[in-house]
Amino acid sequence: MIHPDIPLLKDLSVPGRIGASLPRLDVEETPIPPQLLRDSLTLPEMDELSVVRHFTLLSQRNYSIDGQFYPLGSCTMKYNPKMNEAAASLTGFRRTHPLSPERISRGAIDLLYKLQRSLEAITGFSAVSLQPAAGAQGELTGVFMIRDYHRRRGENRRTRILIPDSAHGTNPASCTMAGLIAQTIPSNTSGGVDLDALRAACAEEGGKTLAGLMITNPSTLGLFECNIEEIVRIVHEAGGLVYGDGANMNALVGVLRPADLGFDVMHFNLHKTFSTPHGGGGPGAGAVGAAPSLSDYLPGPLAAMSSEGPTFTVPKHSIGRMKVFNGNFGVLVRAYAYILMLGADGLRRVAEGAVLNANYLRALVEHAYPVAYGEGRRSMHEFVSTGIPNVHTLDVAKRLIDYGFHPPTIYFPLIVKEALMIEPTETESKETLDAFAKALLSIAEEARSNPELLLAAPHDTPVGRLDETAAARKPILCYR
Amino acid sequence: MPYIPVTGEQQEDMLHKLGVVSVEELFEDLPKRLRYPKLDLSAGISESEVLRELSALAATNANADDYRWFLGAGAYNHFIPAVVPALASRGEFLTAYTPYQPEVSQGTLQAAFEYQSMIAALTGMDAVNASHYDGATALAEAVLMSLRGTSEDKRLVLLPEGLHPEYRAVLELYLSAFDVELRTYRGRPADAAAEKTTNTGLTAVVACYPDFYGRIPDLSGAAEAIHEAEALFIVAADPIMLGLLKSPGAWGADIVTAEGQSLGNELAYGGPYLGIMATTNALVRRMPGRIVGEARDAEGRRGFALTLVAREQHIRREKAVSNICSNQGLAMLRSCIYLATMGKTGLRRAAELCWHRAHYAAKRIDALPGFTVEEGAFFKEFIVRTPIDAEILAERLYERKMVPGLPLSRYFSDRRKELLVCVTELNTREDIDDLVESLREESK
Amino acid sequence: MKLDTEARYAKSHEWVRKDGAEYVCGISDHAQHSLGDIVFVDLPKIGASFDAGSSFGVVESVKAASDLYLPIGGKIIATNAALADNPDLVNKDCYGEGWIIRVAPTDANKAGAEWNNLLTSDDYEKIAEED
Repeated sequence: MIHPDIPLLKDLSVPGRIGASLPRLDVEETPIPPQLLRDSLTLPEMDELSVVRHFTLLSQRNYSIDGQFYPLGSCTMKYNPKMNEAAASLTGFRRTHPLSPERISRGAIDLLYKLQRSLEAITGFSAVSLQPAAGAQGELTGVFMIRDYHRRRGENRRTRILIPDSAHGTNPASCTMAGLIAQTIPSNTSGGVDLDALRAACAEEGGKTLAGLMITNPSTLGLFECNIEEIVRIVHEAGGLVYGDGANMNALVGVLRPADLGFDVMHFNLHKTFSTPHGGGGPGAGAVGAAPSLSDYLPGPLAAMSSEGPTFTVPKHSIGRMKVFNGNFGVLVRAYAYILMLGADGLRRVAEGAVLNANYLRALVEHAYPVAYGEGRRSMHEFVSTGIPNVHTLDVAKRLIDYGFHPPTIYFPLIVKEALMIEPTETESKETLDAFAKALLSIAEEARSNPELLLAAPHDTPVGRLDETAAARKPILCYR
Repeated sequence: MPYIPVTGEQQEDMLHKLGVVSVEELFEDLPKRLRYPKLDLSAGISESEVLRELSALAATNANADDYRWFLGAGAYNHFIPAVVPALASRGEFLTAYTPYQPEVSQGTLQAAFEYQSMIAALTGMDAVNASHYDGATALAEAVLMSLRGTSEDKRLVLLPEGLHPEYRAVLELYLSAFDVELRTYRGRPADAAAEKTTNTGLTAVVACYPDFYGRIPDLSGAAEAIHEAEALFIVAADPIMLGLLKSPGAWGADIVTAEGQSLGNELAYGGPYLGIMATTNALVRRMPGRIVGEARDAEGRRGFALTLVAREQHIRREKAVSNICSNQGLAMLRSCIYLATMGKTGLRRAAELCWHRAHYAAKRIDALPGFTVEEGAFFKEFIVRTPIDAEILAERLYERKMVPGLPLSRYFSDRRKELLVCVTELNTREDIDDLVESLREESK
Repeated sequence: MKLDTEARYAKSHEWVRKDGAEYVCGISDHAQHSLGDIVFVDLPKIGASFDAGSSFGVVESVKAASDLYLPIGGKIIATNAALADNPDLVNKDCYGEGWIIRVAPTDANKAGAEWNNLLTSDDYEKIAEED
């Protein structure tokens, strides 16, 4: 099949066309100082139908959850309920201004309040901020909070944050942005945190420079950190605080409350566990939960209940403001709708379904796709394979596209060579899992008998593998 | 069970294949005493019940459809063509992931490239990223960009006195990790930059174009003075205004940031919004966020892919330019569709409507007894000095289903008789005349 | 694995050659191979000074980025301008046309000691093989 280039907007533009209709000027004109006027503006001139055709054609070149199975480990690509869209589109949410006076926007504040309380109930944390716009912003929030906690106690030397080598890159990047030092600690032979290395790292420099630990549980290997309570104890005893990266909350929701494990602060990706859509890269929302140790440090304002109804309040030692206004409210509405619909029971079934689907899929393929650190261990909601002989994981990924599946996450976590991370989520059917397993096994066979099929994949997409080296050497970042 | 297609019978099969009897066994690694806590959460309800409950909450909010709306202050009631939500809500865009596999993401990637191109034209810059969280975090990261790659003794950043108070708060937090002085200046940025005696270690000068109070600063000579001090010129702009007035690039800016909510994104009680960032070719490798570039495949076909990836967190980790991962992709798509639809003529017309209607409103309000409009060049917002407490005045107007603007006491407790009024292309002459009459009557 | 037998090496995979009173540096064949196609080299300002062992720049490939550590301390007196348009020189000829910087040490004795502490090409080969 021939896939012609979809022309760029500038090539579809014809002078004199306009896609929008605007009101006529109904007031007298006020002269605009000529030295302020711009000489020219180069933007497309297109009629509405041309715009519609263009973006419709573009959309047809996208994979999406609505169209394809997306077993992306650590991303939790579950189905995004259409009900969420209906909720977010309600006029009273969509057309409400963030600085609208409290008295005439109680409903919006009430939603924030109720979502905060719901997340507190689900996670066990005593307070929640809905302000951060994404998981990474949530991480930065948590690290700022830990930093301020130590500073307030005069412990300015506490600047080291320990991070397992299996961690997501945002963890150490967030530390640097907060002015703290990211120190890597190794994983042990079972893929968990090496306790001896942890103790040694805590004790360094007389134990006076440890700020805390950032840890993901279940880990990025999809395994529950069995020593988690001991790990938390070691860090607390050494005077540090523990930050939880909640990216893998889908394995725990309704079955375990992370705060019960002793975390001081944790972020949750509402665009993962709580079903808000990924939108081609965002927006998300990185709600942050805090234990009593850190609740006073959350970014403000938080929604609260007063005698007059829902209102805003700023925590006593708040780190300040992470973004303007009230967080990604449109995303928050969707998450709240989802939680309302599922309830306690439904959320529990989410984790159970996610873990069941992952283990079932693993059982179907692991004889051909060995699972890293999987021996004698139960996976949680995802598993990481070390790939297959004869071909790179990249080639397996590209060949899956030919079978109509989005590839899993590849080359993450860094501690597994040729990593292939698979997370089905609970919203996929057994039939889809069976079909995916069949595809993986077929590819493993192709890798043995006809590897060229993988190396040349994908075969029938609008573009094949792109020369990303050339693109990075001489970047073309816009058309002119 | 909605959204979980595996049936009870299928679950039995699957458990059997795994050699376990119940799903609970799959959680054997979790501490037993902590498993299955009773959550303080109500039971699940049906879709219609969810929407009923949420509709009730939504109905209590004053919104810009039901009220005549003259409140801006960082979030604006601009026209959104119906084409924008219609196209952006397509499942192929809405439920797609980050385009890490370009072969199956050309829709998202080409739209991002087109967005980058149009914003580059609008701001007069060379390179644009594929979004940051909002205008404030984009500005914060722009300041961080100016610090990066400079020596330790360059540690002074000048901020205009008209910077949005919430932007200032975000900047202070983002910069709290660095030993840098954030100093406020008044007047022209060119003059502030030329203050050589007090400006040792000048890293960047920020100008807001327009500022929180709606005022358009005089940017003449700014770039020259700032570059002579070997600092960077950062401009935070209003993207609608750029449809009409000279671009920051034409004024010599090194980095331009903006809040993209005005370009096709809903007010939505504060988010999701869109952080716009644009810079010069010289600085592009220091810019955070995802960036889309053009590329070719083995057959020479043109495609698009994420590029300059080595700057980002998943590769550079603690040395990354920023920690940003998820961006505001869908908001960026909406802005792309908006700009394509409005185009060169539409954007200019929207900006003209804002200008002329805002100036008409200002003239009429200024003529009211007891009211004065502050002097100075403005685009769509201006400060009104009121004869009575602005909050009390505003409250009276809410009863008339009108929100006249932002009482400045919201941010500055001592400024009780000032109102920040915003007029856009969605406020008709009739709306404005009603506002003027209401202000007259309610201020007696 | 290609080696320059005249050069000495740092554990961080940079090579350095003496050239009169100055030293020329780049990255080893092993390093360029692991990085893959080089897309950009972030060079220091001419005239900047660095201690031995400190980071003076970055070399980027499509999938990775590596800090460059100065094997012999001193002032940067030249950088390879050809790398701006042709970063792939580092892949093609890492010991020759793909050189990265030229440094003039401030103290010849200190430089001599630093030189002696670096690995010979034989010793480096052993380390790189294990990597």
